[in-house]
Amino acid sequence: MQDVLILGPQFRAPNLRTALAKAGLGGPAVAITAGWQEREGELGALEEHLAAPVVDLRLYERAEAVFVQDPELHAACRARQGELRRMQELYRARLDHAKAAAREMLALEDDSAPARRARRSAIGALRRLDAEHLRDLEAMHARFDESWSPDRRPLLAGQRHDLASMIAAAAVVFVAGGHVAVLLNRMRLFGLGPVLRTRPVVAWSAGAMALSERVVLFHDRPPQGAGNAELFETGFGLVRDVVFLPHASSRLALQDPRRIGLMSRRFAPGHCYTLDDGDELHWHRGRLRTASGARRLTRSGGVLPAGVAA
Amino acid sequence: MRTSPPPLADPATDDPPAVQAVALAHTARSPIVDAGGVTFVYRGEADAVNLRCWIHGLPAAQAFERVGETDVWVLRVELPENSRIEYKLEVVRGDETEWILDPLNPLHAADPFGANSVAQGHGYVRPDWTLPDPGARGGTVDEIALPSAALGEDRHVGVYVPARFRRTRRYPLLVVHDGYDYLRYANLQVVLDNLIHRLEIPPMIVALTQSPDRLREYAGDDAHARFVAVEIPARMQASFPLQPSPASRGLMGASFGAVASLHAAWRHPGAYGRLVLQSGSFAFSDIGHHRRTATFDPVARFVNEFRRRPGRPAERIHLSCGIYESLIYENRSLVPLLRHHGIEVRYEEVRDGHNWENWRDRLQAALTWLFPGPLWMVYE
Repeated sequence: MQDVLILGPQFRAPNLRTALAKAGLGGPAVAITAGWQEREGELGALEEHLAAPVVDLRLYERAEAVFVQDPELHAACRARQGELRRMQELYRARLDHAKAAAREMLALEDDSAPARRARRSAIGALRRLDAEHLRDLEAMHARFDESWSPDRRPLLAGQRHDLASMIAAAAVVFVAGGHVAVLLNRMRLFGLGPVLRTRPVVAWSAGAMALSERVVLFHDRPPQGAGNAELFETGFGLVRDVVFLPHASSRLALQDPRRIGLMSRRFAPGHCYTLDDGDELHWHRGRLRTASGARRLTRSGGVLPAGVAA
Repeated sequence: MRTSPPPLADPATDDPPAVQAVALAHTARSPIVDAGGVTFVYRGEADAVNLRCWIHGLPAAQAFERVGETDVWVLRVELPENSRIEYKLEVVRGDETEWILDPLNPLHAADPFGANSVAQGHGYVRPDWTLPDPGARGGTVDEIALPSAALGEDRHVGVYVPARFRRTRRYPLLVVHDGYDYLRYANLQVVLDNLIHRLEIPPMIVALTQSPDRLREYAGDDAHARFVAVEIPARMQASFPLQPSPASRGLMGASFGAVASLHAAWRHPGAYGRLVLQSGSFAFSDIGHHRRTATFDPVARFVNEFRRRPGRPAERIHLSCGIYESLIYENRSLVPLLRHHGIEVRYEEVRDGHNWENWRDRLQAALTWLFPGPLWMVYE
């Protein structure tokens, strides 16, 4: 069964090499750095850190080439992006209200039975909204895949075959961070979900998010003011029942128990894991085997080391 | 903000005035800033020295006081936290009066009329995103000639293209009135480079217009509105890969440029979904005549008409004004009107005046709200 190693950000204080050694992983590596967009393939720092060569799969570049040569597919992808954007806007508008209601209920200094019911109900509404959005996204992707099957696009089918061969020949696959929407989009275009299940995978930051089932965007301190954490996309589900929160120390108000408690309850029974510099989580045969540094959000609004039961 | 005599007899130190005068005479820098305000110091032979600044509610000239028989002149001004004011010194010698930059103050702000000295009150810090960042890749500014049927002549429009521009991507468009002034006096190019580099705004194409007759063209002129709302977007769309929706189109301006922005968006609803209106010269009258100069007559005609039937010129408007500006009343008055008509408005008041550095310092709040960048999406 598969090993999946989830790490915190790698650009300031990389721990990839030690994490690989601890997990007993090694050998020829390929990397997915499509989240870096135009910087895709700039692997100098990573190779220096590993003291070993890494082959980039160049998904971003491949997609650009496919789009140039298959304008019909490009137009369809753009149309899908437009529809996804609109779905997200509408979900976001509804989320504003659902989140405001949940916050208001949680802020009540009232432990009466009606208040407790109101709190449960408000969080339930939030969870139902997320679940509905997730179903809509899955349906949307299924429709697209059916309409634009790679079997009918020889260029795309060729690229998919090429990538599957490269991954099959590798001992380990790295999925780097970056722009999570671009990363997901390119990985989905080349059908990498099933292929990745066959190899050990090491992913960090946005790469980790892409491997979970639910990709949640969040930032409590952007210059335009904090937004609501929002369910953004379906991931590839290599790791189940988790939400990964990269850069949580700088992006999340971890000291605010109300916000943290709400986030934890909203995505339960999945666990919300923080991923900061040096953090490491190792899944083996679908179970969390070791954890170092990463923390888990709790229902009561605290944070605990990832491996510790609440 | 109030003026008062300089605190020469400071009870905290008990230093006699003469001792403090010596200290002031040797200060290398003016003004001296503390939590309560600023103390301006001038050294030199003069019959009188005045502070000249343009602060709504205060006299245009405030007299310095000579310290004893010395050539040291001081003026204490109470200035609230985070204030920023621009000023000159008026030095009177006999029949001669000279307006000069403060010789003891290295901080200057430039504008199309020259430069002013800058007093930064306690707590004010220039935002770091307004300063060049060696790590930020720079965009480029080129110029295109744009034949305008509306104006009956060619206009030259500057175009900022972001670093890593790619034809396969689509970009938002921002059109900026007095665009070259924004570049020169409000560091617009540095700001764009930095905010894009920080992922706070998306890479965008920015068209920079500059009118040869701005007081006329910006004051509710329909031909100019057509140029800005129809001709510029059409030409930019033909030359660059742009996102098509109004939410991806922004129009920006300060002072009369804000009037021109609102007017163009009002005359051509749907052309721009986003407006940045900085210190707009929105003169109006509820009854009778407005109280400004004749230059404002066409502005007031437009704003009065706009107030009667505002419609929905844009979906979102970022509006800002300095509280030391005479225009604060007009800008405040606009906010409830816009909101009442279903426009999302963010309104920002700051302790600053009608100047380019005020407008520079508001760019992050305006642009990140109107054009949120991929920061939300990027997890390196």
